[in-house]
Amino acid sequence: MFAYIVRRLLATIPVIGVVAVFVFLLLHLTPGDPAAVIAGDYARPEDIAKIRERLGLNEPIHIQFGTWLWSLVQGDLGISIFSNLPVAKLIQQRLEPTLILALATTILSILIAVPLGTIAAWKAGTWIDRAVMLFAVAGFSVPIFVFGYILMYIFSIELKWLPVQGYKPIADGLGPLIQSITLPTIALAILQSALIARITRASVMEVLNEDYIRTAHAKGLAQNTVLIRHALKNAAVPIVTIIGISVGLLIGGVVVTESVFNLPGLGRLTVDSILRRDYPIIQGVILVFSGAFVLVNLIVDILYTLFDPRIRY
Amino acid sequence: MHSLNYWKTTVAAAGMTLALGVGAASAESVLRVAPHADLKNTDPIWTTAYITRNHGYLVYDNLFAVDDKGVPQPQMVSDYSVSDDGLEYTFTLRDGLAWHNGSPVTAEDCVASLQRWSKRDGMGQKLFDFVDKLEAVDAKTFKMTLKEKYGLVLQSIGKISSNTPFMMSKEHAATDAFTQVTEVMGSGPFKFVKDEWVPGSKVVYVKNPDYKPREGTPNSASGARIAKVDRVEWIYIPDAQTTLNALANGEIDYWEAPSPDMMAQLESTEGVKVELIDPLGAQGWLRLNHTLPPFNNVKARQAILNAVNQEDYLRVIVGDPKFYKVCPSYFICGSPNATTAGSEGIEQNFDKAKALLKEAGYNGEKIVMMQPTDIPVLNSATIVTAEILRKVGMNVDIQAMDWSTLTSRRALKEPLSNGGWNIFHTYATGADAQSPVANIGISGGCEEKAWFGWPCDPKIEQLRDDYAREPDPAKQKAIVEELQKQIYKTVPNILYGQFFQPVAYSSKLSGVLVSPVPFFWNIEKQG
Repeated sequence: MFAYIVRRLLATIPVIGVVAVFVFLLLHLTPGDPAAVIAGDYARPEDIAKIRERLGLNEPIHIQFGTWLWSLVQGDLGISIFSNLPVAKLIQQRLEPTLILALATTILSILIAVPLGTIAAWKAGTWIDRAVMLFAVAGFSVPIFVFGYILMYIFSIELKWLPVQGYKPIADGLGPLIQSITLPTIALAILQSALIARITRASVMEVLNEDYIRTAHAKGLAQNTVLIRHALKNAAVPIVTIIGISVGLLIGGVVVTESVFNLPGLGRLTVDSILRRDYPIIQGVILVFSGAFVLVNLIVDILYTLFDPRIRY
Repeated sequence: MHSLNYWKTTVAAAGMTLALGVGAASAESVLRVAPHADLKNTDPIWTTAYITRNHGYLVYDNLFAVDDKGVPQPQMVSDYSVSDDGLEYTFTLRDGLAWHNGSPVTAEDCVASLQRWSKRDGMGQKLFDFVDKLEAVDAKTFKMTLKEKYGLVLQSIGKISSNTPFMMSKEHAATDAFTQVTEVMGSGPFKFVKDEWVPGSKVVYVKNPDYKPREGTPNSASGARIAKVDRVEWIYIPDAQTTLNALANGEIDYWEAPSPDMMAQLESTEGVKVELIDPLGAQGWLRLNHTLPPFNNVKARQAILNAVNQEDYLRVIVGDPKFYKVCPSYFICGSPNATTAGSEGIEQNFDKAKALLKEAGYNGEKIVMMQPTDIPVLNSATIVTAEILRKVGMNVDIQAMDWSTLTSRRALKEPLSNGGWNIFHTYATGADAQSPVANIGISGGCEEKAWFGWPCDPKIEQLRDDYAREPDPAKQKAIVEELQKQIYKTVPNILYGQFFQPVAYSSKLSGVLVSPVPFFWNIEKQG
């Protein structure tokens, strides 16, 4: 197993390398000029040209790529064109809210979705099943900002229990942190739970038709034991897979939630940087995303072995 | 069964318990502002971004600053004199001016700052075309010697909007004007707290206890700049509905740029005031490409001028007539240079527009309009123009893109087949539009000197130059009128209206100043 993990980790290097080349080329071939944004509306073309020159944007693309790659190999993600701050620092500032939100949402989603999906499968065709599926369809269909505004209206504006917006870091204490992430976590967890609950239901339903479940019932095992120890455990591989994918999406794909609740996360950093063509940040963030995806996939693969002893690496 | 109040109390108590350890609330007064944009960089000479200009006003100071009549008043300068021949300006700095590190502000600092500014700002470049020498006389005095008389010396160095000539230490001002100054050290009423700056989220300023404000009542940018709160926090909230909720909930005190569609909701929110503090607002510009057919023909430009009705745009972009004005003045209504000269008889007339297009030889060729979908005002203006052009029989091709793409594509002087364009929209602040020198939209400097669209009209350039050289305000006004008549004749730019951006703030605040730029000195916060 250890050798497998090392092999997988080493395999991330070429993956990230390919991502790096692809992202760099894509960005530099996309129209848009950070120098024009910096110089402003009234700038003369010669002023824009001078800014481009100072930023090194006039260099041939292979020279720019070489410079960036050399810095990357040395562990330097570069400097933001606009803020002149190190990209690593900007990412680090955004990492905490992103990771905490992803973790809290994942935990809450699992706590909601796995029992609901399992119960729906067990009670397939009954009103319970239909109620769970109604929740899942609603969770999928209603845009997340709608949930966000509804939660904000009830818990912040009317009840005044929680803040409307903003993020309080762990350094400010656990209380403020929990207060600041409660609403975005719930809003995101509704969507995530809907996704996981559907997969859980389908997966458990499939397992419930297996012979060994009938055997377990025939042996006189309690319903809970059959469901949890026999059905759910054997249905776990697709559930873990979907949880893994959703964690990956939570790390970079929650721009709307971050905007609605004003959380300074990586998603917003990415979108803001794309809009103003801050190339070093976009490149840095996408490398972090790809690294995170690779890592999450590795963890998912390792978890497979826990749930299914037949899987060995 | 417990009542809702029971649960509210219980959960609130739990929240308070969780919050313990954060520390007791301090008596520090904090003004929390939702700015119009995120502060991405901190050098207000390097970039023209208005958010960086606003940051500049907190941290830096100016030699001169304009009052509500647009007249430059001494700010860092205690007194100044002009020689009888009008060629020599001598400035003396006030006592007690100091940088945030404690060292005194010197005349050499100001000379270096003006020189750096002059390399980036349009009015600065124009002024320095006339400057023969700029030198420090002693620690507190510096002298500007002109080659020939220039009418806008004080207006230029007292310029209110980007690039505002903020004073920096000579070490910082020695930085190449096209390279960003990375340290923020001004001599203004607030200090920037770099360690707490989270780009995309939060900017923090603390009161500069050593700042010596000048005497006098604050009046627009001029007068005493007294910090009346201990700390100013800019909290960038990208979502308008969330910003409104945060203001209603007391999480922010001041919203710099509320969306027009939220005005009714804001005005009915308890504890929130909506106020127009910028008397000039902004001016919409419809830019035609003068280097490509059909708009290389003045008849075609006149056709669009006669097809446009500002009210059509303003109703779509703003909605509430309280916040817009149909304004025929290229130098913005409400400013000293406002005039209706040349606009007489010009009104929406599709038949006339069609006839002019025919005279211009337009025959259904494709008109490429660039549509920046990420800027709501410009996105809407593009849609309105497209509708108008279709009504006069033009073949419109709207190309959607983001503003970043537009800013690079508008620089292309290429045919349509190579990425060229015919029309885009933008807007300028009234503070920039009011001066014929700063108003780059009316420039007729052709492909070499004019702004994107490259209008070419030597008479316009001559009149702009005459205005700059003329020291007498009455004669300047006469030049402005003649200039505007010429603009309506050759149509270098088309206006789609004047609109105002109100601010919304908590009723706990007082002392919010009326000005084209939001200032955060003089504001007090109760409770």
